[in-house]
Amino acid sequence: MSYMTKSPWVIHYDASSCNGCDIEVLAALTPVYDLERFGIINTGNPKHADVFLVTGSVNEQNRAVVKNIYDQIPNPKVVVAVGICATSGGVFRECYNVAGGIDKIIPVDVYVPGCAARPESIIDGVVTALGILDAKRQAMKEKKSENAGNRGDVV
Amino acid sequence: MSRQIIVPFGPQHPVLPEPLHLDLVLEDERVVDVIPSIGYVHRGFEKLVEKRDFNNYVYLAERTCGICSFIHGMTYCQGIEQVMGIEVPERALYLRTIWSEYSRLHSHLLWLGCFADSFGFENLFMNAWRIRERVLDVLEQTTGGRVIQGACKVGGVRRNIGSEKLAEMNEGLGIIRREIEDLTNVFLFDSSIRHRLKNVGVLSKEDAYHLGAVGPVARGSGVNVDLRKTGYAAYGKLKFEPVVETAGDSLARCTVRARELFASIDMIHQAIAAIPEGPLDVKVTGAPEGEYFSRSEQPRGELIHYVKGNGTKFLVRSRIRTPTLTNIPPLVKMLAGCELADVPVIVLSIDPCIGCAER
Repeated sequence: MSYMTKSPWVIHYDASSCNGCDIEVLAALTPVYDLERFGIINTGNPKHADVFLVTGSVNEQNRAVVKNIYDQIPNPKVVVAVGICATSGGVFRECYNVAGGIDKIIPVDVYVPGCAARPESIIDGVVTALGILDAKRQAMKEKKSENAGNRGDVV
Repeated sequence: MSRQIIVPFGPQHPVLPEPLHLDLVLEDERVVDVIPSIGYVHRGFEKLVEKRDFNNYVYLAERTCGICSFIHGMTYCQGIEQVMGIEVPERALYLRTIWSEYSRLHSHLLWLGCFADSFGFENLFMNAWRIRERVLDVLEQTTGGRVIQGACKVGGVRRNIGSEKLAEMNEGLGIIRREIEDLTNVFLFDSSIRHRLKNVGVLSKEDAYHLGAVGPVARGSGVNVDLRKTGYAAYGKLKFEPVVETAGDSLARCTVRARELFASIDMIHQAIAAIPEGPLDVKVTGAPEGEYFSRSEQPRGELIHYVKGNGTKFLVRSRIRTPTLTNIPPLVKMLAGCELADVPVIVLSIDPCIGCAER
């Protein structure tokens, strides 16, 4: 993990999950699994977050909330769909009130399957997401220097 | 009179692991009214009884809530068994009791941790969850699942616990008990925590009764209700007394849950000592016809699963009434007149489980 220059913070939102994955996300942050050893802190504020952990199958009332939180997270950001409900709707996909997977609302970078997703696989998902986050950050940097170069040409 | 302002609380809020929205009407720092709105976790799976047969619906009933999943599955199975007149073998009843009480241990430890987090005691949160992992290890070893167990089925249970493992669990409970003692001593006797919780969110006995409080919220206010006393599963054969406190504040509700941890450990010891040998399940033939209200004591209070069948393998109606839903009117009562800074503590003190409440 030495290539990370910043501590990535996560924000967690329950978009109509049964709680199973939510408590496993919290369990991943506590001493036995200890996600904090990667410098990761669970923040309640989307403006401080880099990684968005979403659980559950997104019901109608939650669509706007999920979109809103996603928009508030500054770029670069990654989205991790935790659990099978967040991935595809899971057992609830036939219910009248659920949209299905999170990817119907916002772009998803990493899918963590499982019902409920185990803390080990959540950690694996988040660590994979950190790699993607770094690539996105790099891409932004290059784009920025490119833009700066372009401006130089015009002047 | 000062001007009223409305502060929205949730659906996304640092102390809420789940979405719940409250509009807090404030006069200065004092909450004068609370308007709750729910619906962020409503999936509507009660309707899926029309698409899943009554045996498969157990999986959905379990996924009402990931915290007390086993008890949801068991209560649903009890309902179907009553409708169909199935006699569940003794050993299965004892195993259900043991897993129910382990679920209660894990739920209460989870709550103690989240509660500590709500008043800013991060270290205590971490410690409670560290102990909880020991309980989850046992659940995983015996059922295969950490939070969603899938061990209960109509007519019995899916898995057995061997006598060696039962003896090991008996020993392991001793370790868990010692650790819980250290933990609950902090909750109950630390002066800063007592200062933070005492006289916060008081609910009188009359209000608790008339507003329909259940579980630790009712027992914290001196109402002696505990569905385990009705003797479902193997509870009729175990000796225990419901834990009742009379103060009705957040500290009393915390004390009830802390003391229930020890009561649960005692019950598991008794169940392990008394568990008979025998089959785990009976064969289920036919389809349910009739209706039944199945009741049980969940960590948060009284849980009701209503099932109605018409003689086909698909039920006509399933209705789940969960303790958090009935605890919301008492919560609104507790919040009226409190300080804004106490709102997270009071909301957490009813142990809200929105996943259950909205289904």
